[in-house]
Amino acid sequence: MILFNEKLVRKRNRAERRFRAYGILSLLAAASVLLFLVYTIVSSGYSAFFRTTLLMDVQLNAAHMDITSPYTRDVLMQGRYTSLVKTSLYARFPGVSERRERRALSKLLSPGAELVVRDYVINHPESIGATVALEVPLSSDFDQLYKEHLPRTGEHIRFSEVQLRWFDQLQEEGRLNYRFNTQFLFGGDSRYPELAGIGGAVVGSFYALSVCFLLAFPLGIAAATYLEEFSGNTRLTRIIEANINNLAAVPSVIFGLLGLAIFLNVFGLPRSTPLVGGFVLSLMTLPTIIIATRASIRSVSPGIRQAALGMGASPVQVVFHHVLPAAMPGTLTGTIIGLAQALGETAPLLMIGMVAFIANVPATPLDASAALPVQIFLWAESAERGFVEKTSAAMMVIMAFLILMNILAVIVRSKTQAKVE
Amino acid sequence: MVLWCAMPMIMVVLCWLVVEPWFVRPIVMQTLGSVAGQQAGAPAFQYLEIRNIAAGVLPGTSASDAVMHAVEQYKSLLRTASMAFSVMFLMAGVLGFYRGYKKLTVDFPAREQVEKFVRFFLLASSMVAILTTLSIVLALVVEALRFFKHVPLLDFLLGLKWSPQVAIRADQVGSSGAFGAIPLFAGTLLIAFIAMLVAVPIGLFSAIYLAEYARPSVRSVTKPMLEILAGIPTVVYGFFAALTVAPLIVKVGGTIGLNASSESALAAGLVMGVMIIPFISSLSDDVINAVPTSLRFGSLAMGATRSETIRKVILPASLPGIMGAILLAVSRAIGETMIVVMAAGLAANLTANPLESVTTVTAQIVTILVGDQEFDSPKTLAAFALGLTLFCVTLALNFLALKIVRRYEERYD
Amino acid sequence: MSSVMTAETTEASEKVINQVQDGPIVVRPEKGVDIKMSAEGVSVFYGDKQALDDISIDIHSKQITALIGPSGCGKSTFLRCLNRMNDVVGGCRINGRITMDGEDIYAPRVDVASLRGQVGMVFQKPNPFPKSIFDNVAYGPRIHGYAQHRDEIEEIVVRSLSKASLFEEVKDRLHDPATGLSGGQQQRLCIARAIAVNPEVLLMDEPCSALDPIATARIEDLMWELKEKFTIIIVTHSMQQASRVSQRTGFFHMGVLAEVGTTEQIFQNPVDNRTRDYITGRFG
Repeated sequence: MILFNEKLVRKRNRAERRFRAYGILSLLAAASVLLFLVYTIVSSGYSAFFRTTLLMDVQLNAAHMDITSPYTRDVLMQGRYTSLVKTSLYARFPGVSERRERRALSKLLSPGAELVVRDYVINHPESIGATVALEVPLSSDFDQLYKEHLPRTGEHIRFSEVQLRWFDQLQEEGRLNYRFNTQFLFGGDSRYPELAGIGGAVVGSFYALSVCFLLAFPLGIAAATYLEEFSGNTRLTRIIEANINNLAAVPSVIFGLLGLAIFLNVFGLPRSTPLVGGFVLSLMTLPTIIIATRASIRSVSPGIRQAALGMGASPVQVVFHHVLPAAMPGTLTGTIIGLAQALGETAPLLMIGMVAFIANVPATPLDASAALPVQIFLWAESAERGFVEKTSAAMMVIMAFLILMNILAVIVRSKTQAKVE
Repeated sequence: MVLWCAMPMIMVVLCWLVVEPWFVRPIVMQTLGSVAGQQAGAPAFQYLEIRNIAAGVLPGTSASDAVMHAVEQYKSLLRTASMAFSVMFLMAGVLGFYRGYKKLTVDFPAREQVEKFVRFFLLASSMVAILTTLSIVLALVVEALRFFKHVPLLDFLLGLKWSPQVAIRADQVGSSGAFGAIPLFAGTLLIAFIAMLVAVPIGLFSAIYLAEYARPSVRSVTKPMLEILAGIPTVVYGFFAALTVAPLIVKVGGTIGLNASSESALAAGLVMGVMIIPFISSLSDDVINAVPTSLRFGSLAMGATRSETIRKVILPASLPGIMGAILLAVSRAIGETMIVVMAAGLAANLTANPLESVTTVTAQIVTILVGDQEFDSPKTLAAFALGLTLFCVTLALNFLALKIVRRYEERYD
Repeated sequence: MSSVMTAETTEASEKVINQVQDGPIVVRPEKGVDIKMSAEGVSVFYGDKQALDDISIDIHSKQITALIGPSGCGKSTFLRCLNRMNDVVGGCRINGRITMDGEDIYAPRVDVASLRGQVGMVFQKPNPFPKSIFDNVAYGPRIHGYAQHRDEIEEIVVRSLSKASLFEEVKDRLHDPATGLSGGQQQRLCIARAIAVNPEVLLMDEPCSALDPIATARIEDLMWELKEKFTIIIVTHSMQQASRVSQRTGFFHMGVLAEVGTTEQIFQNPVDNRTRDYITGRFG
C-alpha cells in the first residue's frame, strides 16, 4: 500500500498550486502593465499622425502679398502671407466683419497656414494672380476638436459659440479634411502642436548615435580584444575589468555630469550638439559592447586559434583574421543592443543642453539639436492638449525604432552565424 | 602603411580638439575686454554666449555690439584656425606616408612594428574605461569641493531643508539658500523602496516560474515580453507615470477618501518598480539556474513537491545571488532619473507619505542643470555634490552586489 | 501500516526460466518470497528515442538487488522509473506497469510526493543541501509531516544518522554546514537523509562511484545492515560491488534486461551470452 496522509497531501498540493499561481500572476501582472502602457500610448498617440486641414480658396493677389515682379525666390520669401490667408478666410464668412469676431475667426487656422501658402507660391510663381484651392492646417485646438479630444461643452471650454458654429459650418460644407501629417514625421519642432514634428529630433538622435557608434564600436572591440587575448592576469587588467563592470552600472545622469563638466566646460565643445551627445552616449555604450564582445571572443573555439597559430600566424593576425570575425555575431548584437539603450537615454542629454527648443532640422552633428527622447520630455512638459498626442506619437516612433533595432540584432546574429558555420 | 599615414593625422586632430578652445578663447576674450571694458557676468558665460551666437544657437540681436564684435572675431579666428588645421592635417598625412614609404623600401620588419602598435592601441582602448571613471571622479570631486567651500559638508549631508534658490542680489529674501540634502535622500529612498516593493516579488516570482515551471513555449513568449519591458526608454515610463498612473492614483485615492498629490512618490515608485521587474527577474533567473540540478533532484526524490523544493532548497541556496540582484536593482532605482523628474515633483518634502510629492537626488540634479546655469553659484555646484553622493552610493552598492554574486558563482563552479 | 503482499499465484511462484532468443530471461521467485516491487513490460522513451524496451523484473523484499550493465544500457533510467523521477524530465514517456505491493505506482490517484517518501533515492554524486547536517536529515520528516515537535525531529535525526553510521563522526557539529563533510560522509548523510522518512525501498544510483575505496567499503557495510529493514536496489558499474553486496542481480544491455537471477547464478553460471561476455570482461 502506498501511504497517504490525505489531509497533508491535500494541504501540500494546495500550497503547490498557490505557489505556482503566484508565478503566473506575476507574469500576468508584468504583461498587463506592458499591454496597458502600450495601449495608453497608442490610443492617445495614433491621431498625431493625422491632422485636420481646411480646403481654402486663396486668391494669390500680388498686392496682398506685398511682392513685386520679378518673382525671385528671395522676393517670394519676403512676401506677407498672413494677411493673404486671413483675407481668404474672411472671404468664406462674408457676414463676419467686426474686428473682434474676425480675430476669433482667424483662431481657427494655424500660423502654419501661411507657410503652406508661401511654399505653394514659391513652387508655383506662375500662379500668382490666380485663385487656387489649398489645404491649410487648422489650429491645434480645432484640430483636437475635430479629433474629439476636446469637449464642446463643459467648464473649461476653449471655444466660443460662434467659433463652434463656424467650425460646424465648415465641416458641413465638407471643407475639413483629415490628412496624414507628414510634417510630424519630417518637420522640426514648433511652439504650435499642429506644426511640431520629430524630424529634427530623429536626425539629432541619428547623428548622436552615429558618433556613438563610430567611437564605441572600434574602442569596444579593441578593449575587449586586449582584455581577452593580450592581457595576462595582471593588476592592471583586474583594475580595468572592475572599472568596466562598475561603469556599466553608473547612473546615466552621472555621465551627463561628466559630459557637462569635461566635454563642455573643460574642452569647450559646443553645447546642445549631437556630437557631444554622441561622446557621452559612447562612454555609456562602451561597457555593453566590451562585455558582449568579450563573451563572444571567449566562445570562439580554441581550435581556430591553435590551427591559425600552427600555420605560423602571429597572435595579432590570429585575432584579427580569425577570432574577431568569428566573434562578430555576438559583437554586433551587443553593439546594436547598446545603441538601442543609447537611443532611449534622456538624462545625460538633458545635462549637456540638448533640451533647447530647436525648430530646425540639424544639418550636421555640430548643429544644436534635440534628440528623440529629449523631444518626448520637452513635449511631455508642455501644457497644451495638442502636445499630449504628439508626445505619445513620438514615443510610438522611438519604440518602433527600438523594435527595429532589436529585430536587426536578431537578424544579424542569425545571418552572420550561418555564415561562420 | 595606412597606419603610418593615419597616425600623424589622428594625432593632429586630437591636438586640435584639445588646443582649439584654449587657443581661441583668450584672443576672443581679450578683444571683448578691450572693447567693452568692464562688463558684468562671468567670463565663462560670455565666452559661451559668443560661441553660441557664432554657432547660430542664440539669436544675435540681443547681444551688445561688443559681443557681436567678439563673435565676428571668433568666427574669423575659427576660419583661420581651421585652415591651419587642414594644412597641418594634410602635411602630417603626407609626412607620415613619406616616412612609411621610405621605411618600407629598406628591409624593415613591418609586421613587428605594426603588431607593437596594434597592441599599444588595444591597451590604450581598454584604458578608456579607466579614463572615464577617472574623469567622472575628477569632475565630481573638483566641482563638489567648490560647493563645499560655500556649504559645509555636514550641513549638506545632515541638513533638513533644501531650497537651492540663491538670490542674485544679496539683499533679497532667502538669499542664502538651503542645501540640506536629507529631504532628497529620504525622497530617493522612499521611491526606491516603493519600487522594490513592486519589483522584488513580481520579478522574483516571474523568475521562479520561468526557471522552474514554465514549458519552453511559455518561456519563449514571456522572456521577450520581459525584455521589452526592460527596453522601454525611461522617458516613456516617466510619461506613463505622470500622465496615466498619477491621475489614476489621485482618482482612486479620492474615492477612498485619501488626498493624493498629482505628483506623488507612489506613482513614480510604482512605475519605477515595473521598470525594474525585468532587471530582477533576469538576474534571479540566472542565479536560480546556477543552482545545481542535483539539489533539485535530491529534494524531489525526498518526496518534496516542486514548491517545497524551491522554497526550502533552491531559494536558500541562491539567496546570496538574489540578494546581489536586489542590491543591483536598488542601485538602479536610486540612479533612475527620468521617471522621478517627470512624475515625482520638485518639492523637497521630508515625508514618508507615498501620496505626497517628494523629490530625489537625480531629479534635483536635472532641474538644477537644465536651462541656464551660472557656473560659480552654489546652486549649480550643488548638482555636482549630489552627483558625487549618488556616484559613491551606487558604486558601493554595485561593488557589494558584484562581490556577493561572484562569490556565489564560485561556490557552484 | 504496509500490507505485505505475497506473490501467491502459481504462475509467479513457479521457477520458470524463459529462454526465448533475445528476450529477457526472467527467474521467477520461489514460493514464500515477498515481492516488494514489480515491473511488467516497461518501456521508456525520451522524445523519439527509446531508452528501455519491455523490462519485466521483480524486486524481492528486504534484499539487495543490483542492476549492472555497460554505461548507457538504461539501468539508471529504470531505477528512476521506480520512484517516478523520470516525471521530472521533460518529454519522457513510460509504457508498461510498475507496482509496489501490488499497487500501480503510475495510477492517477497516487500522490507522487508520498510515493517518493516511500521509495527513497541516493544519487551518484553526494548532493547534500546547502544547510546544516541536522536540517539535511530533518528535511524529509518535516515536509512529510512525520514529526511536529523539535524533540521528535531530533530523535529521528539522531536515529537516522546512527543507522547511517555517521552519528559518531558528526554528533558535535550537527549544526555545521553539510557541505563541509568529506565525500564519503556526505554520501552517508544522503543515505541518512533518505532513510529519515522511513522508506520501504531505497534506490541507490551508483552511490560509490565518486568515493574512494575506504569510503566505498563503509557504504557497502552500511547497505548490508540496512537490508534488514529496507528493500535496496543499487545500480552499479562495478561487478565486484554487485557480487559483494547483492543477493539478486539484473544485467541490462542496450535498453533490455538481458538476464536476471540470483547474484550467484548470474556471476557463476550466466545463461545469456551477453552477460557472460560482460562479466568476463569482453566489453564494458
